[in-house]
Amino acid sequence: MSEIETLVKELADKHGRKRESLIPILQGVVEKERYLSDEAMTEIARELDIAAAQVYGTATFYSFLDTVPRGKYVIRICKTISCSMKNGNEVIKAISDILKIQVGETTPDKKFTLLEANCLGWCHKGPAMLINDTPYTELTPQKVREIIAEYKRK
Amino acid sequence: MANNKPLKKVDLIFSEAFLNRDELKEVLSRSADEVIQELLDSGLRGRGGAGFPTGLKWKFTRDQKDPEKYVVCNADEGEPGTFKDREILDRVGRKVFNGMALCARTIGAKEGYLYLRGEYRFLLPKLYQILDEFHEDMKALGMDFHIDIKLGSGAYVCGEESALFESMQGDRGEPRNKPPYPTEYGFRGKPTVINNVETFVSALIINRIGAEKYQKLGTVDSRGSKLFSISGDTPIPGIYELELGMTVEQFVNEFGDGDTKAVQVGGAAGFCVPRKKFTDTIIGFEGVPTGGSMMLFNSSRSMYNVLHNYLDFFKEESCGQCTPCRVGCQQLFLGIEAVKRGEKPASYLETLLKLSQTMKITAKCGLGQSVGNSFHSIVNNFREEMIY
Repeated sequence: MSEIETLVKELADKHGRKRESLIPILQGVVEKERYLSDEAMTEIARELDIAAAQVYGTATFYSFLDTVPRGKYVIRICKTISCSMKNGNEVIKAISDILKIQVGETTPDKKFTLLEANCLGWCHKGPAMLINDTPYTELTPQKVREIIAEYKRK
Repeated sequence: MANNKPLKKVDLIFSEAFLNRDELKEVLSRSADEVIQELLDSGLRGRGGAGFPTGLKWKFTRDQKDPEKYVVCNADEGEPGTFKDREILDRVGRKVFNGMALCARTIGAKEGYLYLRGEYRFLLPKLYQILDEFHEDMKALGMDFHIDIKLGSGAYVCGEESALFESMQGDRGEPRNKPPYPTEYGFRGKPTVINNVETFVSALIINRIGAEKYQKLGTVDSRGSKLFSISGDTPIPGIYELELGMTVEQFVNEFGDGDTKAVQVGGAAGFCVPRKKFTDTIIGFEGVPTGGSMMLFNSSRSMYNVLHNYLDFFKEESCGQCTPCRVGCQQLFLGIEAVKRGEKPASYLETLLKLSQTMKITAKCGLGQSVGNSFHSIVNNFREEMIY
């Protein structure tokens, strides 16, 4: 069995093989692989006995269920109004400069992906971002430099 | 009108009361009729934004014959400018689960779900720990009720209740046609009470302190207190529990930076109130309703940029299922850009206003229907900023 087959099987054993199990399984694959490959989606379809189109259609609806390769650390920075009013753009630019990638891109070493996100629910402490699941708030160019340096060492 | 009256701050939601097993036992000893009557008397309306009377929602679901029913807590807090539900779950999560148990006992449900937005995934370890204690207490109290957590994956529209059910069922989060309403046809097609996080807590509190006491807060149309998420140009951003029924003027006196030119009440889906309307606009169901989102803008802000940001948000978050919303959001976005660049005459704004009105009437769900709220209120009140 390939690695992805094993992972999908494990997740299906844990969450079940009903239609309702689909999203938890997709989330489980993303957590491990950072994205859903065609192979993974085909395998999930087989395991749940539904059409691959159903899996793909569901996955592509949700912004956190990526279907293109992402880095080990996915940075999602909020671009909605309250964060943007607190100089969110400067922070985005700072991250982009540090990682030498544009929004939507992944570093060549596959360590970081930089994405913009809609409201993350930290409007009183903007600008805010998530690195994978962890929120960071009241960001400044200096602060993101320190945070990213820490992740680089990981 | 007493516009300069200071705001009444309240401490019910985050208070340490109503957290333990004895409290839960006490409240669960009430009959379903008592619970529903108390809610009806209190005048509590849903705290997520739509404002449906909670007592009626519970009553309608209870009245359904189907033995399989569900309690769902909507923690898909995605409206720009709101963040209170995260704080409730973080600080008094147990109260939410207790409120859900009260609902389950009232309507006759054995299963409950918390639908948590993916952005709040970091809360999971804490919530599972609270749930463990909660389930132990359920067992000790001899109540057959279990709560599970379903995680969202980054889709604003899933905060719409029927889209949320679709998502829980493993599908694309596309809203259903309504009616039938969730009280009749909800999760798995079964009668379901779906309430906002704060609503469950308020329902619990009301059944402890009594409707009479709760009623004393607020106005005829907007009873009680609620949490406000305050951000933007304010020296004191944060979460505040305030008595309902204040004017925007009173609110700005307390939270503004002295230069407030507009307040967006109810998030991107809500209404923009310009300075000249502060004194006669009430924050509540009789004026501008809000799920809690309050964003302040001072005179340094371009309202064109604000609207542009909202429309960018809506065009990305529209599920794309119905044409008025899918195409409408994009055309409004492109339209204001074209007017700003001078590619379209100022009169084109009238065409766009008509389009947003059409969306209000024809879009399938609340998302598409409410884009016009901010569009109308910003374009009509700040027309010159849209053009020059």
